[in-house]
Amino acid sequence: MDILDINTILYSAAFGLMLIGIGGIVISNHLMRIIFGIVLLEAGANLLLLLSTYHEGASAPIIVDGNVPAMMADPVPQALVLTAIVIGVGILALALSLAIRVQRAYGTLDMREVRLKLEQEISAAAGIDMPSSSEKPADIGEVPVNSVVQQESGS
Amino acid sequence: MEVVVLVVVIVMLLSAVAVLLFKDFLAALAAMSVVSLGLSFLFVVARAPDVAMTEAAIGAGLSSLLFALALRRLGLWRSQ
Repeated sequence: MDILDINTILYSAAFGLMLIGIGGIVISNHLMRIIFGIVLLEAGANLLLLLSTYHEGASAPIIVDGNVPAMMADPVPQALVLTAIVIGVGILALALSLAIRVQRAYGTLDMREVRLKLEQEISAAAGIDMPSSSEKPADIGEVPVNSVVQQESGS
Repeated sequence: MEVVVLVVVIVMLLSAVAVLLFKDFLAALAAMSVVSLGLSFLFVVARAPDVAMTEAAIGAGLSSLLFALALRRLGLWRSQ
């Protein structure tokens, strides 16, 4: 398990990309950055899937003049990754078009504001008060989250 | 060979972090393209030249185009 082993480097690249992508999805508040995170996660997953075919000393799965190479990478996962890349562009286009619709409907791409406006809209349509407010909660000391919700819905 | 792959991987991971940290969305888009090109190099190293071609054309080309058009429509197309 040398640090300069090529398998170690490639696997760390795949897991690093997936980790950065998940981090971007979880941490970011801007919708475009969440989409960037999805694309990064997808790239890492593709690389991880492709690395299952790779072993040292293998050649590319290309048959020249009917001579099958003695050791070659498995072409089936490669074809699947090819499909996954193209599907990824479809997912990206759908996500971007949804982002454009969100901006037209709410005028912002910040997920906190969008969530608040969505909540207000749903509450207004149902004809009830909002279950939560944007104001700072009253100082009633440390309480578990569930009891606060019950108090507010009971009052 | 290993050293070249290591350098490409480090550049790729740094630009992946930069995608999430850049304030400017055009710069983030450029960093995203760097990630895609590094990934296509890694596909060549992993003995999948066809996948590498597709990733370079679609991942770096077409999805950057889609992102650029969406950024222009969203009004985020401005570099500081």
